[in-house]
Amino acid sequence: MKTNRSLVSVEDLSTEELMDLFKLSTDMDRDLRSGKRLTEMQGKIMATLFYEPSTRTRLSFESAMRRLGGSVISVADPRSSSAAKGESLADSIRVVSSYSDLIIIRHPLEGAAKLASRFSSVPVINAGDGSGQHPTQTLLDLYTIHREFGRIDDLTITVLGDLKYGRTTHSLLLALARFEVRVNLVSPPILKVPSHILDRVKSSLQMVETDSLESVIEDTDVLYVTRIQKERFADMNEYRSVIGSYSVVRETVDLMKQQSIILHPLPRVDEIDENVDNDKRARYFEQAAYGVPVRMALIHKILE
Amino acid sequence: MSSGEEKLLKISKIKEGTVIDHIPAGKALKVLSVLRIDRGCNHTVSIGINIKSKKLNHKDVVKIESRFLEKNELDKISLVAPDATISIIRDYEIYEKFRVELPDSVVGIINCNNQNCITNSGEPVPPEFKVKSKKPLVLTCVYCERNMGEGEVHSLL
Ligand SMILES: Nc1ncnc2c1ncn2[C@@H]1O[C@H](COP(=O)(O)OP(=O)(O)OP(=O)(O)O)[C@@H](O)[C@H]1O
Ligand SMILES: [Mg+2]
Ligand SMILES: [Zn+2]
Repeated sequence: MKTNRSLVSVEDLSTEELMDLFKLSTDMDRDLRSGKRLTEMQGKIMATLFYEPSTRTRLSFESAMRRLGGSVISVADPRSSSAAKGESLADSIRVVSSYSDLIIIRHPLEGAAKLASRFSSVPVINAGDGSGQHPTQTLLDLYTIHREFGRIDDLTITVLGDLKYGRTTHSLLLALARFEVRVNLVSPPILKVPSHILDRVKSSLQMVETDSLESVIEDTDVLYVTRIQKERFADMNEYRSVIGSYSVVRETVDLMKQQSIILHPLPRVDEIDENVDNDKRARYFEQAAYGVPVRMALIHKILE
Repeated sequence: MSSGEEKLLKISKIKEGTVIDHIPAGKALKVLSVLRIDRGCNHTVSIGINIKSKKLNHKDVVKIESRFLEKNELDKISLVAPDATISIIRDYEIYEKFRVELPDSVVGIINCNNQNCITNSGEPVPPEFKVKSKKPLVLTCVYCERNMGEGEVHSLL
């Protein structure tokens, strides 16, 4: 990876850089487990600017930077401070980049991280922009798959849930497009992948769109579950009629291959039954845990 | 030269000004609106719609007296009529003739049609698109990465 570079979209990384990053993530994970004290980011400051609430992403970034010996500054709620006073994002970024070595941004508008990267004098990492991208979530999703199977190619990946609004699934699809994978897109009809995403991946991805999880579950290697939000439905009866068929329960898992895995970007509400958690195929908590070593590797690559 | 063009020439030979030739049939009015000729202008304008043409089967032609176009206007025309030929007329003769060219990036000409795009929220940047495909026309917003097709682009011009 070229140093001093921003990560706005998963497409900013070549496949070779991805594989490099995965190798380093595994090293970081091993160092973390062994309790080794890392100091390579000593004296470096990471600023987090979250214009939209987040728990996991923010905490795992902050944890990653501290694990590397660096420090973190953040605005408790930028929406109620500078943005509320009418300051442009461009100006906020110019100022914050003069206080830090790296900026992590989450913003409700699409393209915000790109704009930030243009006004910042230091690298910017996109931690989610509207319904656009969430590249670091995708990195840890891919990392988990790669770590479990030793490859990403030649797998059947079933993405389940809200495929319309979920930026994690959009980022994931854009990234999967560069691998030789089969993708099943399973969602209620009103929550299908939007055409602006489909258009970008349809020439390179072998895809099946369906509203039936049962029809694809047996061939699935990776079941990627996302949350279906109640708020997306105008009609609560429709929500209730739909939600049952998209929940992963014991019986669903019984249909799956022994060697398959279940992922979820979390938070989970009730789309995966708690009875599933103890099954060896349930890997969503490992996936969440990888958030720290993967982000450590990324910070290292960007600032090294 | 086809007889259709000769006839048009007779109608509208101009002393000085600009001829926009080889506009896709039916797009002349869009070209006028892009040049803001539809909202008041004191130049004499002749329009030929659905003229028979060797190159295009049918085409539109616009001739504007005493007006010469700027780069930014030529870029806009290229989004509507990517094959248009511009002839600059001085003293009844063609003084200069060239084709419009679709630029690689389109900056500050149209807004992104994604309402949730950062460029629509008052930030100090012009909307910016990469030309992903010339035919059919596809523009990609540099910020939100959304694509816009010809229909959307024309409706925003
Ligand atoms: N004095 C003029 N007044 C008005 N229109 C003119 C004048 N001179 C040329 N034109 C127009 O300008 C355009 C270009 O003229 P030109 O003589 O190069 O046509 P052409 O030989 O058909 O070229 P092309 O290969 O571009 O079709 C034509 O549409 C022509 O009718
Ligand atoms: Mg001709
Ligand atoms: Zn945009």
